[in-house]
Amino acid sequence: MENQELIPHLFRTEYRKITAVLGKTFGLEHIEIAQDIASDTFLLASEMWGIKGAPDNPVAWLYTVARNKTLDYLRRDKLFKEKVSGQVVRNSPVGDEIDIDLSARNITDSQLQMMFAICHPSLPLESQIGLALNVLCGFGINEIASAFLTNKETINKRLYRAREKLRAEQVKMEFPDEADIESRLDAVLKTLYLLFNEGFYSAGKDITLRKEVCIEAMWLTKMLIENPGTDRPPVNALLALMCFHASRFEARTNPEGETVLYQDQDDSLWDSALISRGEYYLNRSSTGEQLSRYHLEAAIGYWHTIKADTPEKWERILQYYNQLLILEYSPIAALNRTYALAKARSKAEAIREAEKLNLADNHLYHSLLGELYLGVDEGKALGYFNTALGLAKSRADKQLLLEKIKKLC
Amino acid sequence: MKDFMFVFRNDPAVMAGMSPEVLQTSMQKWMDWIGGIAAQGKLVDRGSRLADEGNVVRSARMVTDGPYIETKESIGGFIMVRTESLAEATEIAKGCPILSAGGNVEVRPIVRV
Repeated sequence: MENQELIPHLFRTEYRKITAVLGKTFGLEHIEIAQDIASDTFLLASEMWGIKGAPDNPVAWLYTVARNKTLDYLRRDKLFKEKVSGQVVRNSPVGDEIDIDLSARNITDSQLQMMFAICHPSLPLESQIGLALNVLCGFGINEIASAFLTNKETINKRLYRAREKLRAEQVKMEFPDEADIESRLDAVLKTLYLLFNEGFYSAGKDITLRKEVCIEAMWLTKMLIENPGTDRPPVNALLALMCFHASRFEARTNPEGETVLYQDQDDSLWDSALISRGEYYLNRSSTGEQLSRYHLEAAIGYWHTIKADTPEKWERILQYYNQLLILEYSPIAALNRTYALAKARSKAEAIREAEKLNLADNHLYHSLLGELYLGVDEGKALGYFNTALGLAKSRADKQLLLEKIKKLC
Repeated sequence: MKDFMFVFRNDPAVMAGMSPEVLQTSMQKWMDWIGGIAAQGKLVDRGSRLADEGNVVRSARMVTDGPYIETKESIGGFIMVRTESLAEATEIAKGCPILSAGGNVEVRPIVRV
């Protein structure tokens, strides 16, 4: 691997490890120092490797530099050393010699504990996602701002408040007690789910960045599966659904960056390796009694990987959406259920049900009705597409609607 | 918005007499109906189905087992919905598949103290 590829690659995999281990060593209240040291380590790597070429074992090099930088920092900042030394010495296996434990075991544990800490119930969800991107995925403020479609100041403030909150709540980097693990894991899964959706559905124009957000969410979910304490059915179901969705990543945008709807996608672009991974995790999720929303969404995702329109496919999808909605209402599930109803039963029945939905301020609601009226009443279809166009915000959505309107005129 | 309980009553013999295919179609109709309420964001509690057997306690010494006095009116289950009015809740209940199987739905407002 060339340097210009190697460093970003290592940054994605190693930044969170170094940050997590140092965060654990210093205590979560000093997380920014841990992040600074991790960033400095990569800065030095890009300077040195650019001149001398990459070392034989780049990861070991990064860990050594991170360790030395930490020791330097502790030597320079006596006050900080005193503050954290109790903590460091307690974690240290030998006497009062400060040790940074970069063993595989501690790296894994620290990352998992960091995940639980960041997904702490005291933080608002958007802060959890912001922190996850920043601390666990190594995303800069600019990248996060563009993923959230907002500006740097908002993200800076959000992250600042989130760190303050973690301090105020004295959140520790530790595994939750056995009694709490289910509810805490629920919170982690929700954040990872939203993190993935942020990448998958965001209106952000930077497709590479959005894809990276999805890949990161999948990595973090996989890490939970690799740990026996968190390898539970809903976690496997969540990864399955991410794999099924991600399998369509290439097919859902055309070379011009415009959205391609599911029914118009070229299924040869669907990633069959990811579909198989999804099936593998879906099988692993089917133990135990619990039927989580991730199970239902994974099952819906699975049926979407079968391109052929069979009555069975849409009947299954419809019933999974029914169950999903009974478990938890969401506007998007209500709209998708109505679409499945049209496919499984009839457009007339779906129109009757759609008109009962109280979603008139949602552009997708009007797009759906437009879609349902195609071939039934073109005048009405046009009217709905026009209303949707007036409500749509993103360029991609407007583009899609304009094409539909053009076809009708 | 107000909460209403839908109480479903039917003759237990109706379901017991269904063939597996008819039972499956019936389940599907129920799921579609409840799914439709949930899609409007109006389902508060999916409730539960009740088994046919049970006891009625009238006093410490008087316990009768089911079936009850009027078997055609056995409570088979319940759900809770949230609507603007009794009239709206009643309109929703009109779509319940139990009506075409000889049963009925009682729509009762929940009193919050």
